[in-house]
Amino acid sequence: MSDGKKEFWRWPESRWTNLEIDWKKGKYITAGIDVGSVSTQGVIMVDGELYCYGNIRTGSNSPDSAINVFNKATEGTGLTLRDIHFTVGTGYGRVNVPFGNRAITEIACHARGANWMYGPAVRTVLDMGGQDCKAIKIDDKGKVVAFLMNDKCAAGTGRGMEVFADLLGVPIEDIGEMSLNVAEEPPPVSSTCVIFAKSEAATLLRAGWPKEKVLAAYCSAMAHRVLSLLEKVNVEREFAITGGIAKNQGVVKRLTKELGLEACEAKWHNKAYAERGFPFDTQIAGAIGAALFGKALAEKARR
Amino acid sequence: MITAGIDSGAKNVKAVIMKDGRVVGKAMAPAGLDTKAAAENVYNEALSAARIAKKDVRKVFITGAGRKGCDFAQGEVSEVSAAAKGIRFIMPNVRTVIDIGAEEGKAVRLSQDGDVVDYAINEKCAAGAGTFVEAVARALETDVDKMGDLYDRSTKEIDMNAQCAVFAESELVSLIHSQTAKADIARAVLNAIGDRVVSMMRRVGVEKDVAATGGMALNRGFIRAVEKELNITISVPADPQYVGAIGAAVAAAE
Repeated sequence: MSDGKKEFWRWPESRWTNLEIDWKKGKYITAGIDVGSVSTQGVIMVDGELYCYGNIRTGSNSPDSAINVFNKATEGTGLTLRDIHFTVGTGYGRVNVPFGNRAITEIACHARGANWMYGPAVRTVLDMGGQDCKAIKIDDKGKVVAFLMNDKCAAGTGRGMEVFADLLGVPIEDIGEMSLNVAEEPPPVSSTCVIFAKSEAATLLRAGWPKEKVLAAYCSAMAHRVLSLLEKVNVEREFAITGGIAKNQGVVKRLTKELGLEACEAKWHNKAYAERGFPFDTQIAGAIGAALFGKALAEKARR
Repeated sequence: MITAGIDSGAKNVKAVIMKDGRVVGKAMAPAGLDTKAAAENVYNEALSAARIAKKDVRKVFITGAGRKGCDFAQGEVSEVSAAAKGIRFIMPNVRTVIDIGAEEGKAVRLSQDGDVVDYAINEKCAAGAGTFVEAVARALETDVDKMGDLYDRSTKEIDMNAQCAVFAESELVSLIHSQTAKADIARAVLNAIGDRVVSMMRRVGVEKDVAATGGMALNRGFIRAVEKELNITISVPADPQYVGAIGAAVAAAE
């Protein structure tokens, strides 16, 4: 695939450690591993506080991706698998986490994680992942009340966005900003299917449309697509977005505008985290939820 | 009387020349960027194949997704109506026709007299159309034409989530890596497309005789998949890609 050619769909992998915590003093060290179809996240929590995380691309097999993300997350911390008291696996490959003690659905984990990241006021979570899109209604504890999901079609998913990044030769993390750089909003790309949208976009480019305009038309189509899912669940405040597409302002701004409802700012509900400037990565919500479930289960096991 | 029919499809443009109820010339070319120019080119090609001068053609009718913006045709016909007229011209007993092109698939049910009773169209999703097979053939490093043979050689039914062409492409990569036989992958994909088409057919109701047209009709594996699912026999005319253009030429003659 690569033959020296730049791969524009490749989003940057990342990791982070909370240097204020000494994990050796922790009573409960838990791991949440979210093996998605496109990306994999690992979060380590020490007594329910965010200690470190890693975010990588999912490889060709889930067990390897789970181990790789654990290594990425714990890089330089000295933590090993043996130090973890409880691991919860979630996501598409959740049953294939070799060191997992329990598998919990990504719906439950995203709900729990969004509640913890954005705060208990959140009632609707939109998780826009690599290969599916879910609208989840939750209560103040982060428990799932109802959900709807599109996992059958790439339109409105991160995978679709990757296809476009490659087609237009624009790094995927720049797409959102670029798409907002248009004087006038073009009509959305008319095709639902990513494959058809791709040929439509190619035609527009050949007709002389600048990349920004084509991206605007696609981000707008994507927002429409997700909107039709949201319309079925009766969105309630607060409304939070998780997953990789939450980072794409081109989609988020168009979506919230049409919805007539602002989305929560991507900011920690936990004031101390916000003040210290801990990174707020919308992709780790599922893994955070899993690590939190891990803590509850570890406590239960010890009692 | 001499008439012409042009079918401006998503991928290919087809033209036929008809003289006194017989097809006397035909031509096909990729639609490319300028669909109008492509339509004119295939029309001229079909004329020279038929050895007929343009001035002798009474009427030209056009159909297909790209039919707008073509100014030399005197009339246009919907794709559903062109598929119906075309297939009844070739096979007068057909009551249900499935027409599966590169980007669009449809199922049309006809009355005994050949009038359209009901139809369903999929134009929103590549997983039910020819483009999907092309993508899969590319991934399997084989030709579209060989997909049917591969289907026949398959010995195992494999589990594949082929509901979306984009997802299927990534799933294919893992299947190929895990040494899954190409034949089994081909069958899984053709079955998936077949399922989509079958659900359209069930929506409009299936009445015998059943025929298939469009480029996908050339794919034996696909036809077999639909036949098996519905327990019916499907007839495929010679040159099934030209049926829409024939329908347009028939409409021009009416």
